[in-house]
Amino acid sequence: MSALKTTVDVTSEDYAAYREAMLAKLDEIETEHAKAIEGGGEKYTERHRKRGKLLARERIELLIDEDSPFMELSPLAAWGSDYKVGASIVTGIGVVEGVECMIIASDPTVKGGSMNPWSVKKGFRAADIAAQNRLPTINLVESGGADLPTQKEIFIPGGRTFRDITRSSARQVPTVALVFGNSTAGGAYLPGMSDYVVMVKEKAKVFLGGPPLVKMATGEESDDESLGGAEMHARTSGLADYLAVDEEDAIRLGRSIIRRLNWHKRGPSPKARYTEPRYDAEDLLGIVPTDLKIPFDPREVIARVVDGSEFDEFKPLYGSSLVTGWAEVHGYPVGILANARGVLFSEESQKATQFIQLANQSNTPLLFLHNTTGYMVGKEYEQKGIIKHGAMMINAVSNSTVPHISMLIGASYGAGHYGMCGRAYDPRFLFAWPSAKSAVMGAQQLAGVLSIVARAAAESRGADYSEENDAAMRAMVEGQIEAESLPMFLSGMLYDDGIIDPRDSRTVLGMSLSAIHNAEFKGAQRYGVFRM
Amino acid sequence: MIARVLVANRGEIARRVFRTCAELGVGTVAVYSDADAELPHASAADAAVRLPGNTPSETYLRPALLVRAAQHTGADAIHPGYGFLSENEAFARAVIDAGLTWIGPPPAAIASMGSKVVSKRLMADAGVPVLAELDPDEVTEADLPVLVKASAGGGGRGMRVVRELAALSDAIASAEAEAGSAFGDSTVFCERYLATGRHIEVQVLADQHGTVWAIGERECSIQRRHQKVIEEAPSPLVDSRMREELFDAARKAAKAIDYVGAGTVEFIVAPTPLSEGPTPRATDAGEFFFLEMNTRLQVEHPVTECTTGVDLVALQLRVAEGEQLPADPPATRGHAIEARLYAEDAAKDWQPQSGTLHAFEVPRAANTFGASAAGGAQAESGVRLDSGFESGSVVGVHYDPMLAKVIAWAPTRAEAARSLAAALSAATIHGVMTNRDLLVNVLRHPAFLAGETDTAFFDRHGLDVLATPLADEAARKLGALAAALADAAAGRQDAKVLGGLPGGWRNVPSQPQRKRYAAGDESYDVAYRIGRSGLVAPDYEGVELISAAPDRVVLGVDGVRRTFNVARYGELRCVDSPLGSVSLTRQPRYTDPEAALPAGSLLAPMPGSVLRVAVESGQDVRAGQPLLWLEAMKMEHQIAAPADGVVAELNVKAGQQVDVGTVLAVVQAATAS
Repeated sequence: MSALKTTVDVTSEDYAAYREAMLAKLDEIETEHAKAIEGGGEKYTERHRKRGKLLARERIELLIDEDSPFMELSPLAAWGSDYKVGASIVTGIGVVEGVECMIIASDPTVKGGSMNPWSVKKGFRAADIAAQNRLPTINLVESGGADLPTQKEIFIPGGRTFRDITRSSARQVPTVALVFGNSTAGGAYLPGMSDYVVMVKEKAKVFLGGPPLVKMATGEESDDESLGGAEMHARTSGLADYLAVDEEDAIRLGRSIIRRLNWHKRGPSPKARYTEPRYDAEDLLGIVPTDLKIPFDPREVIARVVDGSEFDEFKPLYGSSLVTGWAEVHGYPVGILANARGVLFSEESQKATQFIQLANQSNTPLLFLHNTTGYMVGKEYEQKGIIKHGAMMINAVSNSTVPHISMLIGASYGAGHYGMCGRAYDPRFLFAWPSAKSAVMGAQQLAGVLSIVARAAAESRGADYSEENDAAMRAMVEGQIEAESLPMFLSGMLYDDGIIDPRDSRTVLGMSLSAIHNAEFKGAQRYGVFRM
Repeated sequence: MIARVLVANRGEIARRVFRTCAELGVGTVAVYSDADAELPHASAADAAVRLPGNTPSETYLRPALLVRAAQHTGADAIHPGYGFLSENEAFARAVIDAGLTWIGPPPAAIASMGSKVVSKRLMADAGVPVLAELDPDEVTEADLPVLVKASAGGGGRGMRVVRELAALSDAIASAEAEAGSAFGDSTVFCERYLATGRHIEVQVLADQHGTVWAIGERECSIQRRHQKVIEEAPSPLVDSRMREELFDAARKAAKAIDYVGAGTVEFIVAPTPLSEGPTPRATDAGEFFFLEMNTRLQVEHPVTECTTGVDLVALQLRVAEGEQLPADPPATRGHAIEARLYAEDAAKDWQPQSGTLHAFEVPRAANTFGASAAGGAQAESGVRLDSGFESGSVVGVHYDPMLAKVIAWAPTRAEAARSLAAALSAATIHGVMTNRDLLVNVLRHPAFLAGETDTAFFDRHGLDVLATPLADEAARKLGALAAALADAAAGRQDAKVLGGLPGGWRNVPSQPQRKRYAAGDESYDVAYRIGRSGLVAPDYEGVELISAAPDRVVLGVDGVRRTFNVARYGELRCVDSPLGSVSLTRQPRYTDPEAALPAGSLLAPMPGSVLRVAVESGQDVRAGQPLLWLEAMKMEHQIAAPADGVVAELNVKAGQQVDVGTVLAVVQAATAS
């Protein structure tokens, strides 16, 4: 085993500048996180509390094991949209009675917890994570159902929510619904599809149609309690398995359900003993240059993330723009692919392809550290078959069946984003550092390309090309693309699972790897045809 | 020569006698009741004999059983210890009649002193100053307050202080009843009560050849409920003239009854002139009066041993073997103080406590059951522990709640007090509430240090003040934080998954971790988070976390490093630090509604039996009205209505045994109208 050495000079001016820039970005993100935490704001929070109810995050805190870590997912969902940051729902992985669970809690302070298109997408992402990693799901339900004005974006795709619950159950991965309040109409299928249902006395309300609808449909006079009260469901309909006297009791019952699941993780256990990295995670703030055109050595990141800073590099002398090698994180073995100088050449692509195949042979999860501007372009490279070689790498990534985790630490542009297992390649988890940027290409390059194309078009029409307009167009496009390649925007679109503080990388990876190991996995034996 | 000694006693005194026997090469036999089967004394001897049953009258008070146990195990001598049958003439006779050696005074001497009424007359005749006995029928206002005392009594039982004439007949009746049940002799008598006298006693030792030693005096003025709490030798009050007079009186007392063996002559020293009353000698402060003679080894004998270097138990054995004492007793040197560690809640009327003593260690005590290592010379100063309990022992309800005696000796009184206070405060005592903090407060009290000790010490300086926990509110609050952080560390260590990740880590932190602890009636809600830059605990300004392990938490408190040792037993958390010891009960995170008790539930504060029930179910009661009485640890405990209301449930009847926490009754409070 070889321990990585560091050349980071924490006293240098560059380091200080990078660190300061990173801290400023973290401040911005914290401000956005605060919006998600704030939920519906002071007024609705106060009203909710006056009803003797706990906030979504308070429910989660009370549900999970004391002092256990909790990783919230997609906290910035709906950022940049017309909806509240966080999308009126909290999702995350937490430990309940020693079992890692996907916890999904509607935030009733935001429009009564009603689901908008982003809430639905966030829920889907959580369901995907639960399904891929075999995590039991606990739904903390209090939602007014669909946000009706946006029903067109919710109704048809939203049916997946209920499908996912029962498919989880069919895979013997339990689902639990703790119903704290409204769960009506379509929402009634949330408890309806779950393996275990707890309802809070006098608070839970679960019916297909409320009194007005029933009156209209059949003329029958009824009330909430007889149509869908917790007592009724516990004693008469049997939809509630447990009747909780209050919210705290519902959470207590939820924990006792998980305690009795007899849950066993199917993946291999981590090493019981491992050492922390030799270098301070604090340094991670000052490693990534503010200008992503300046390359940085990803080994400095690896050295602050992996156990004992020990990294066995594979093919160190070949294709040196991509670092590959083996390490462990919190006792879990991983293969790491990290861009070193941005560009992926044929050598790097072939090296990556081989490395991914090796990881599949040895059943080792893969970690992708993105800082790529994409595959190399140019006559020489096209003629040497860069498309074939890039395709090999993408083929290997696509068909690899060991779990992948992607972490965008710098640039993630073009097909390089694909080859490094971008969102579309289904990594189990994808996180971004505040320094990350992702787009089809850099904003400047994209604006330049548009400019060249427009100039050529004008020339072919024989029209005048206004340099002034060109400059304005380039500025506008550059601004737009730059904004759209920033992590907050991408996180809002649910293109990642969250923006993380670089110093938390090791912890986030530890949680992700541990979650992943709830399921068994087996390396791929087949790939698409590799073009040679 | 004695070959094997049976100790007809339990606890620390049994172990104390075994220690000397072992040093002398004498064999040992222990006896134990069922409740004591697991206590250290039961396994400290070469052999042990079970005394079936639990109550003293079933076990340690059965002469025939004890004699048979000695014969059965080949013991040729019986040491009675103190209490139980130690001053029982019939037992002494039975031992002697069985052909065994009685390590104690002649039965006749026991008999003479056994009756306080008789002994006072004997002493008066021998020229020993006594407080005159009062005829209850002739007690007048001028005699008040008076003391009603059991003639056969000891240890404060069957004793009543009467301050109003009207209360006298009731006091006599109840003292008679208590004396009757405790000693089998209901005789009581009356004398003037010296509310603030000083209790001074002289250790005597007499051989069978007429030598009578007065070895030194002890002062035992710090008392609660007429039981000694702190004893010392020599007395800070006694000067050499008074010492001579006391020793002379003590020797006279012993000679008057042909005493043999170790005994103690107790005197009370009047603090102020008694201007009137029928006691002509009591005209000056500093006058002393004979109280009683204890014809046995005293609980507090170690302070004499620590100031003289003698082993009183060894001398008892030698005297019993017929050896002759040298003409003069050894000289005394330095000062020794003994503190009795009781399992009790001093602040709550000395309520006895029971339960598992999870940990009991006095790290500074290098000596046990003796002032010197076996055969070695006595050091100039030291700390000695005489204990009947060890870590893991269960403190039961059947016997005296004394856990141990801690004795410190040093060249001066101030040094001994400082050393003893330090030893006690550094002791690890987990699981059972004790009077430790009270003892330390007394030992550090300016009045105590000035030698101003009298029997009203607790009243004078305020029990509430003296019983103040060593850990003040700030220390208790820090203790709760330490417990929470230690619990968090323990939880991380035991976690099945993600145990190696930072505790309580959040990528989107929104609120702290919370843990609740109760200490007595106080509740501590600890909210904390371990952030990137350390501890975030808004209620603990100026506190930083240096390290947290399941058993030890180091905090920086306003820049000062403080180490807290944390032990956990079930829900109990014991936090020890130089700031004082704190006992906390972890409160459950969730309440199980089925386990919740109805409001107004009255729980048994300790295991015991229901003496009598004064109300019926459905009866209206007023706040404070007694509902029923429990007897536990030889004490009566009244259970009173917490509020005006109605007895909704009554779950027990007289004679029933109840466990601690049993719901005895439920009083439904009347709704305010």
